[in-house]
Amino acid sequence: MEKFTKIQGIAAPMPLVNIDTDMIIPKVFLKSIQRTGFGKNLFDEMRYNRDGTEIEDFVLNKPQYRSAEILIAGDNFGCGSSREHAPWAIADFGIKCIVSTSFADIFFNNSFKNGILPIVLPQEQVDVLMKDAEKGANARMTVDLEAQEITTSDGEVISFEVDAFKKHCLLNGLDDIGLTMEKADSIKSFEDKAAQERPWV
Amino acid sequence: MSPKTLYDKIWDAHVAHEAEDGTSLLYIDRHLVHEVTSPQAFEGLRMAGRKVHAPEKTIAVPDHNVPTTLDRAKGIENEESRIQVEALDKNAKEFGVHYYPVDDVRQGIVHIVGPEQGWTLPGMTVVCGDSHTATHGAFGALAHGIGTSEVEHVLATQTLIQKKSKNMKVEITGKLKPGVTAKDITLAVIGETGTAGGTGYVIEYCGEAIRDLTMEGRMTVCNMAIEGGARAGLIAPDETTFEYVKGRPHAPKGAQWEAALNWWKTLYTDEGAHFDKVVTLKGEDIEPVVTWGTSPEDVLPITGVVPNPEDFSGGKVEAARRSIEYMGLTPGQKLTDIEIDTVFIGSCTNGRIEDLRAVAEVVKGKKIKDGMRAMIVPGSGLVRAQAEEEGLAEIFEAAGFEWRLAGCSMCLAMNPDQLAPEERCAATSNRNFEGRQGYKGRTHLVSPAMAAAAALTGKLTDVRELM
Repeated sequence: MEKFTKIQGIAAPMPLVNIDTDMIIPKVFLKSIQRTGFGKNLFDEMRYNRDGTEIEDFVLNKPQYRSAEILIAGDNFGCGSSREHAPWAIADFGIKCIVSTSFADIFFNNSFKNGILPIVLPQEQVDVLMKDAEKGANARMTVDLEAQEITTSDGEVISFEVDAFKKHCLLNGLDDIGLTMEKADSIKSFEDKAAQERPWV
Repeated sequence: MSPKTLYDKIWDAHVAHEAEDGTSLLYIDRHLVHEVTSPQAFEGLRMAGRKVHAPEKTIAVPDHNVPTTLDRAKGIENEESRIQVEALDKNAKEFGVHYYPVDDVRQGIVHIVGPEQGWTLPGMTVVCGDSHTATHGAFGALAHGIGTSEVEHVLATQTLIQKKSKNMKVEITGKLKPGVTAKDITLAVIGETGTAGGTGYVIEYCGEAIRDLTMEGRMTVCNMAIEGGARAGLIAPDETTFEYVKGRPHAPKGAQWEAALNWWKTLYTDEGAHFDKVVTLKGEDIEPVVTWGTSPEDVLPITGVVPNPEDFSGGKVEAARRSIEYMGLTPGQKLTDIEIDTVFIGSCTNGRIEDLRAVAEVVKGKKIKDGMRAMIVPGSGLVRAQAEEEGLAEIFEAAGFEWRLAGCSMCLAMNPDQLAPEERCAATSNRNFEGRQGYKGRTHLVSPAMAAAAALTGKLTDVRELM
């Protein structure tokens, strides 16, 4: 997994609440057996007309946001299905950080596994970032995972919380299967005990 | 010992390792796998030279992409869909996991097959790369959806890295009124809490109205816990649960059954256990409901009218405006005036035998509205066989429904069963998101009985008027 340490980039505003996984990556694009190549279909139905031309007023089609690396989003981002194709598409597009008042649980977990940092902040602070993002390409935000701080284009600093283990994995780009396999003895002893206590399983 | 919730008890019984900050390795008893979210995980194992840690606890079945038309033996036309199903076939065989291929009568939607075959048992941990894994919580199993990276993690280690969620109690007191079903309960709860209301929680559903439900009904309720944002939904196992499980192919037998039963009977929330959030609804206050918008929280009693976006606050104003436009509705319009083009009955929410019986009861001896497209897609090959044995299939066909083979079908429209742009559907499935059932398609979520009523009248209809 790619490391996430610090990024300075353009933030795109998407204030709509309940942006679901079907909006992020419609099911017609779930048929690939690869993990890559989903970025071109990110937000497909909001981003393109049926003939493949771009819908001009969709935020990521606007010239100032085409290379956004940060998304400032409305409440409950990523609700719906467990499809990891959603964070795959987001990462493939080049977005590395999403800020919202809340995220759906599975999407939140999936993001960390793909080098994307989802940040939860209170409404007032999301509002500040949303305003900043609305300024367009000249407003570049900085997200520093080590320091757990976002700096707006005006220099306002907002701190955020992140789970210590997830932070460690992101900062170092760690594959957590490898980490878990180091605990093989614990798993084995759990299995031995469970086989005694619940042999029907 | 301090009193524990049902969730606490199942959690504690499955922690294989706990770090100081509470990050735990949760041992997984059953891993269900389907073709859409697993190919990259199996490929990951292959690239790293890893094996499936516990193939005997891993069950694979194709469901999302499979055609449900009667001629499906001729194969899958769409190349990408076919490749995904073939990949599952290959992976299941190569890694030696339990497998129900497309031509097996036991094939069906993974969340219907698991319980039907007795793979899902009380007190277990169950995961699947599918958000509707919450369904299995009906058995008092801790069950939730995971992403593909986590699928690979479970395949490789039989564990999941987790932190414990908070406890939420949803109590439905008293009795339901006639015409009100499990689907109405679960939608009404989401209408009350919102789609993010359960985020960070595991819900335990309880109360008389929940106790009175059959296992099928309980699965419908837990299935949509995820639509309320909860990681999982749980219902404490009781005699109804044990009765359902007993004798299933993979349920314990003989002395093992007795031992299992002894433990299962301890799986309830202790008196005085702490819940971080409590929601209570009166069973008799719940009406047959429908969704009007593009979020499962957009729920209203069928007697209501399309809301005005200005009635909402915050970000929901814009979301409601967008939904109403997308759905082609007008604020103030009576829900029962909304005309329907298509009826879809099926899915992991409502594709079980009891759902089909409810439909048959409404449509028996009647005809669906002229020009209506109406399909019934059973949740598994065995549900289909049972419906045929009970004479339900004849009732459906006589009424004018298409009677299909098992699969996810139009719930998410990854197979050829899709809505056309602006086609309006009354669906017994679980999501009314934009484009969910087809590009620009319009979905109203309802119970099976309400879907049946809409098929007859051609409009969203209060099923109580047909009873």
